[in-house]
Amino acid sequence: MKAGDLSELALRNLREAVLRNSLTTLGVAVGVASLVAMLSLGVGLQELATKRLSNSGLFDTVVVMPRRNMQAIRRPAASLVPVKPDRVLDDDARNELAHLPNVLEVYPQIRFPTEVRYSGNPYSTVVAGVPDSARGNGSYDGIQGSFFSGPNADEAILQIEFAKDLSEQPASLIGKDLVVRYAEREALPPQSVAAGAAGSNAPDAGAGGFSIVPREKKLHIVGIVETEPAAGFGGFGSGRLLIPLEVASALRAAQVNDLRDAVRATSGKPVYASLTVRVKSPALVEGIETAVKNMGFGAFSLLDATRNLRLFFTIFDLLLAIFGSLALAVATLGIINTLVMAILERRREIGILKALGAADRDVKQLFFVEAGVMGLFGGALGVVFGWFIGRALTWGTNIYLHRQNLPSAHVFSVPWWLTLGAIAFAVIVSLVAGLYPASRAAKLNPVEALRYE
Amino acid sequence: MKTTGNGVAVHAERVSRHYEMGAATIRAVDDVTLEIRAGEFVALLGSSGSGKSTLLNLMAGLDRPTGGAIFANGKDLSKLSSLELARYRSRTVGMVFQSFNLLPRMTLQENVELPLRLAEVDRGERGARVQEALERVHLEKRLTHRPSEMSGGEQQRAALARALVNRPTLLFADEPTGNLDSATGESIMLLLKEIQQKLGMTIVMVTHERPLAERFADRIAALADGKLLTDGVKS
Repeated sequence: MKAGDLSELALRNLREAVLRNSLTTLGVAVGVASLVAMLSLGVGLQELATKRLSNSGLFDTVVVMPRRNMQAIRRPAASLVPVKPDRVLDDDARNELAHLPNVLEVYPQIRFPTEVRYSGNPYSTVVAGVPDSARGNGSYDGIQGSFFSGPNADEAILQIEFAKDLSEQPASLIGKDLVVRYAEREALPPQSVAAGAAGSNAPDAGAGGFSIVPREKKLHIVGIVETEPAAGFGGFGSGRLLIPLEVASALRAAQVNDLRDAVRATSGKPVYASLTVRVKSPALVEGIETAVKNMGFGAFSLLDATRNLRLFFTIFDLLLAIFGSLALAVATLGIINTLVMAILERRREIGILKALGAADRDVKQLFFVEAGVMGLFGGALGVVFGWFIGRALTWGTNIYLHRQNLPSAHVFSVPWWLTLGAIAFAVIVSLVAGLYPASRAAKLNPVEALRYE
Repeated sequence: MKTTGNGVAVHAERVSRHYEMGAATIRAVDDVTLEIRAGEFVALLGSSGSGKSTLLNLMAGLDRPTGGAIFANGKDLSKLSSLELARYRSRTVGMVFQSFNLLPRMTLQENVELPLRLAEVDRGERGARVQEALERVHLEKRLTHRPSEMSGGEQQRAALARALVNRPTLLFADEPTGNLDSATGESIMLLLKEIQQKLGMTIVMVTHERPLAERFADRIAALADGKLLTDGVKS
């Protein structure tokens, strides 16, 4: 029988027992809805976690340091990388890193201890420079107030705990000014510089010496964040007072590595303690890390952590899918039951079809199409139900989060692959469920079937 | 018209159909040899349980013999695959039953079109074929009626149209007047005779009514207890 005729007859048969077939289809829909709801929750939570972690800057960045500085934090796996001569992390290296494929930006990590004066009281804290690119990547989505007005703005964002130190009502700090006292490096005149670094006038030159000069900087508070995104990555501790990276760079504040670099003889060019390389996506981090190591630098990323995260969510999704599939398994029994009942009811009809020339194959295909159509409609309906369940879950979760004074979250996601996959899965499961009834119907002896009343 | 050769439409050669019922063997058809010539109207006559319907089913390709062979359309039906047997039923055979066997949920047009769907006839051709078959049985104005809206005679005529729509060479009728009053039954028999004469079709009809068989059939083959008693001209 041609496909068109087969479909017409199948749909006609389904319409004839509309109540029973609708209930069976509804059973499939509930099964698919349960599966979709479970998996969408898993996918949503994974996306939420990935987004939060990705926004934190921990997973799409590689921290680059001179290899000699990496001795303390190098991982054993690094030994697989071919050994290249040590290189200095200077502007040439920064340029080279910036031109690696899939690299979005390269910027120095600037963190330094400081004393903050606010309302006449001193507070010790750590200042961290924030690149302007952080503005659009979502890492400051939950900020109270606003992000820096520009890359060179003399503005500050406070970490909430530090803000609480300054005031019992942290929100009231926005719009106020504070003063940062820090130690600026000031290069020593060439004559006082040790042999080997003669002629260098670079203030950051590791080849020369420098003196420490106390300075002050007035900053305008524009925002407050829960935690510093990318806090602590690179081993420099969490920044509690955030300022634009370019402002931090211009301060030339003495950093942790300055004393160490001061006693090392280098080329005399400005050097960085570390550079942060931001990559297009976490999946590309591994390649960049290898490339950086091949250039002769030490590199460090939280790649293993992302791997573990993926492993966790794969197992989590699998478990959710298994639980979600239980309802679909019950629905499968419903399909088998409906089709077996249909064979009993339509026994004589099958006999007539065979007497008129229907092959076993035609009868089998007819039942298959009926099962497939129930699966298709059930699957599509199930995706819609699942979506509504997800919306309800998100709504309920956000009410709870709101009551806990937490920002709202999107815990549910129905990507296109899940929609198509769920419908395809429902059709496949229905076809498998139709296997036994279809084969039983096809094997009916036409003479016996025609005798059936 | 295709035949098995020498003008023979169907040839049953020592055909048996035995059923096992527990320890007993039911010999529904037992060692029957019968030849039906092309264009002939043959009546299989016998009382209930004589094996006439079983023999008809074997010749129509609805059942397979447990012994012997049946040749039709140049082939031994007992050796055909399930698919080939279905094609034989679809393209060579038309069947009419005592209880009409129309599908109650379909209209007359849909019922008659069904064999065309199964034979994969093009949609464009189907309308005309259905119309032609219904005109032959004078039901061309009842296209949209369902079986429940028709009389017994009309239903049997509809079943006849369905049997003819694929233009078969063999028409098998199993007690076609069994569920009809005598007047209506006679009209169906007249129609069958007309079809045989106009189309030159081979008709094999099962009946237990000797007068009907004698009046309309060219030849009567009488069966009893699965065996062929007489095969020949009408008495």
